[in-house]
Amino acid sequence: MMAQQKPATALNEFSAFIAELESVLPPHCILSRPEEKKPFECDGLTLFKEIPAIVVLPENEAHIIHVLKTCKKHAVPVVPRGAGTGLSGGATPHSQGVLLGVSKLNKIRHIDPVAATAVVEPGVRNLAISEAVAQYGLYYAPDPSSQIACSIGGNIAENAGGVHCLKYGLTVHNVMRVRIITIDGDIVELGSAAPDSPGLNLLPVFVGSEGMLGVVTEATVKLIPKPEAATVIMASFDSVKAAADAVRDIIAAGIIPAGLEMMDQRATQMVEPFVKAGYDLNAQAILLCESDGAPQEVEDEIQRMTAVFEKAGAVRLQVSANEQERLLFWAGRKNAFPAAGRVSPDYYCMDGTIPRKQIANVLTQMADMERKYGLRCANVFHAGDGNLHPLILFDANDPDEIRRAEDFGAEILELCIKVGGTITGEHGVGLEKINQMCSQFTRDELDAFMAIKRAFDPEELLNPTKQIPTLNRCAEYGKMHVHAGQIKFPELERF
Amino acid sequence: MSFVLNELSEQVIAAAASHKRVLVKGSGSKGFYGNPASGTTENMILLDVAAYKGVIEYEPSELVMTAACGTPLQEIEKLLDEQNQMLPWEPPHFGPGATIGGTIATGLAGPRRMSAGATADFVLGTRMMNAEGGLLRFGGQVMKNVAGYDVSRLLVGSLGIFGPLMEISFKVLPKPLVEKTLRHACTINQALDLFRQVHARSLCISASSWVPKEGKNGHLYVRLSGSGVAVSQAKTQLPGDELADADARAFWLSLREQTHPFFNDATIWRVAVPPLAGKMNEAIPLVEWGGAQRWLRQVQDTRHVRHNAQQLGGHATLFRYPGPDAIPGDGVFHPFRSNIEGITRRLKNALDPRGIFNPDRLIKNL
Repeated sequence: MMAQQKPATALNEFSAFIAELESVLPPHCILSRPEEKKPFECDGLTLFKEIPAIVVLPENEAHIIHVLKTCKKHAVPVVPRGAGTGLSGGATPHSQGVLLGVSKLNKIRHIDPVAATAVVEPGVRNLAISEAVAQYGLYYAPDPSSQIACSIGGNIAENAGGVHCLKYGLTVHNVMRVRIITIDGDIVELGSAAPDSPGLNLLPVFVGSEGMLGVVTEATVKLIPKPEAATVIMASFDSVKAAADAVRDIIAAGIIPAGLEMMDQRATQMVEPFVKAGYDLNAQAILLCESDGAPQEVEDEIQRMTAVFEKAGAVRLQVSANEQERLLFWAGRKNAFPAAGRVSPDYYCMDGTIPRKQIANVLTQMADMERKYGLRCANVFHAGDGNLHPLILFDANDPDEIRRAEDFGAEILELCIKVGGTITGEHGVGLEKINQMCSQFTRDELDAFMAIKRAFDPEELLNPTKQIPTLNRCAEYGKMHVHAGQIKFPELERF
Repeated sequence: MSFVLNELSEQVIAAAASHKRVLVKGSGSKGFYGNPASGTTENMILLDVAAYKGVIEYEPSELVMTAACGTPLQEIEKLLDEQNQMLPWEPPHFGPGATIGGTIATGLAGPRRMSAGATADFVLGTRMMNAEGGLLRFGGQVMKNVAGYDVSRLLVGSLGIFGPLMEISFKVLPKPLVEKTLRHACTINQALDLFRQVHARSLCISASSWVPKEGKNGHLYVRLSGSGVAVSQAKTQLPGDELADADARAFWLSLREQTHPFFNDATIWRVAVPPLAGKMNEAIPLVEWGGAQRWLRQVQDTRHVRHNAQQLGGHATLFRYPGPDAIPGDGVFHPFRSNIEGITRRLKNALDPRGIFNPDRLIKNL
């Protein structure tokens, strides 16, 4: 435990801190025994593990206010955590801090079927919202793969996406208002049920801020009418390039599909034995392209999509004949991660986004990297918005494979930046991609992020060391962003 | 850096060095919006960013355009039109020279706002000039990007208080296949009722409005956009007669540009409320956005309109005014809640620590 490694004064102070927490929170909300804390040692990214000094599981907003105020008073770092499904280590605990889990705040407070909104607590699961409002013919659109487990608080922290965000937007487009608690314990409401609020547009800065600006205690989300019909086309191509070109052609034809996903041959061969979706295992790449809306509308759009794919050289086209078949076609896509777990002891999921026109180029270069690092990589991703999810397969029992997997991932991210993309589309920076932030941004830009962080949290207690790298960190990574051959402050020593 | 950017950068550096403030100016089409900047020719320079113009990148199949701040909206819309694409939020121009920079800095949206989304929903990346004359790039040109805080969307509607937006990347969308407008004579209460009934239904409504004629009587306008099937099915569910396409276009344009006779007044208030909010106890408004945006003229009592807007969960902005004397003591914008004002001031201090850009445009003494 952290307290044991610290001098007696610090130990006393930490005891005083715990005592102060206990003055408001019931004992069962505070976990301090090692076996109680162990389950919280990592989030969905298991490469990073840390046992927190203490785990606090508040039951209401008043508890959260008390925890944050107490953390501020005693200068104790605090890491907020939702369902712990994040893939970038955003909820990796701090060894000397509080791990603040909000999973007990899991009530849907209010559903307004006429206004098509729901007011939910942060621990409500993503899918639980859609399930609760299905009776009104509504649903919540963002659908990350982890939607049965992930919660809305974490979705907001990461600006989660999903298969349907091509047409219906990301979390930032579907959350209208959040109620947050700042590190000072103040309640602040960002956004509104009205189309805008007076002053700055603060809500989008908060969405995707990875728990570094405040803790969500309530959110108003937008619901949309469930489409009457949905049909998916499965199109096979004999090259990755042909499939990538078909993606471009669909968009160029003025069609915004409800989902447009690509799986390469390694991915289809990996999932087919597992889900038996009937994927064309001879195809170099397949596309899943969905249309939704009124039945007649869907029929028309499917015809237009089919024509585009035929012209783009699809070698096989299958249109889902019914809802059962549609779900089967998607089953492989949605189960790609567990399937990867069946064919490899471990896998590492990357998340770069690139301009669509670069898809074929980047996939080709990734195939070269497979040989360079001696590791397999399967690609199953959101092609419609250029969001890649390479799954690097490796064995975590082999330290060298871990290193190669990490280097492979880092090289993919550097490539994404090089072709005009970004290191993370929807999984967040967390701890995982913090080095690549030094490549994507200049020091002045990183300083601006840090300044925004301090405007909310001057002592940097909320989820410290995540998302924004320090100057030292970037110097160590050796990726100082150099502009036009000019390095800033060349007189400074770098190591 | 291009020649024009270098020039602008040097002007900012010179202003900062001589402790002058910087008022960012594009074509001036939206200069009326917001609080007037404080400053005199002695302590403030005008930074004319309209000179930095041109579309930097546009690939229709990427649905993304990147343009320099001074690029005229007209030029952008023409390019998009040739590819059968559009700016989804249908921004108002308010003048022939309107630029993309001013469009983003004010964040104003037009009739399609409620169906397509707000300005910020489509902004993917920006390059902003800071007080050192350097350029900071936030976001990018891709649809999904969570690297760092989403500063680009914060800058939308910031009225340039953090610095001039020099380049903007934004998402565009294909135009709908079919667009039809229905007109129906009814009272404001009937219109608000109808907005309530259709709000959570998928009827491909891309714009809606109620325009007063005499007292509580007026006309409801509903624009339907989508595939031919969707539009004709929606038409059967809604009251009203179909307008000729040219008349419909002219009508929505007159709302977007506020050239409609309703706006022929020196003082115009904008009230934004949750779409299903009830009627305001005020002069009869022109209603847009399915009830969420309401325009008022001949408002007698500022406090009253603000109080009412707040009661309905919204806020009221003095949108157009005859002169500085007409501005309420707390400014044209609805007073911020105190903790929001605190965050606003700290953010300003974080991004423009010397406080040189667009003083007072958003709130006083900022």
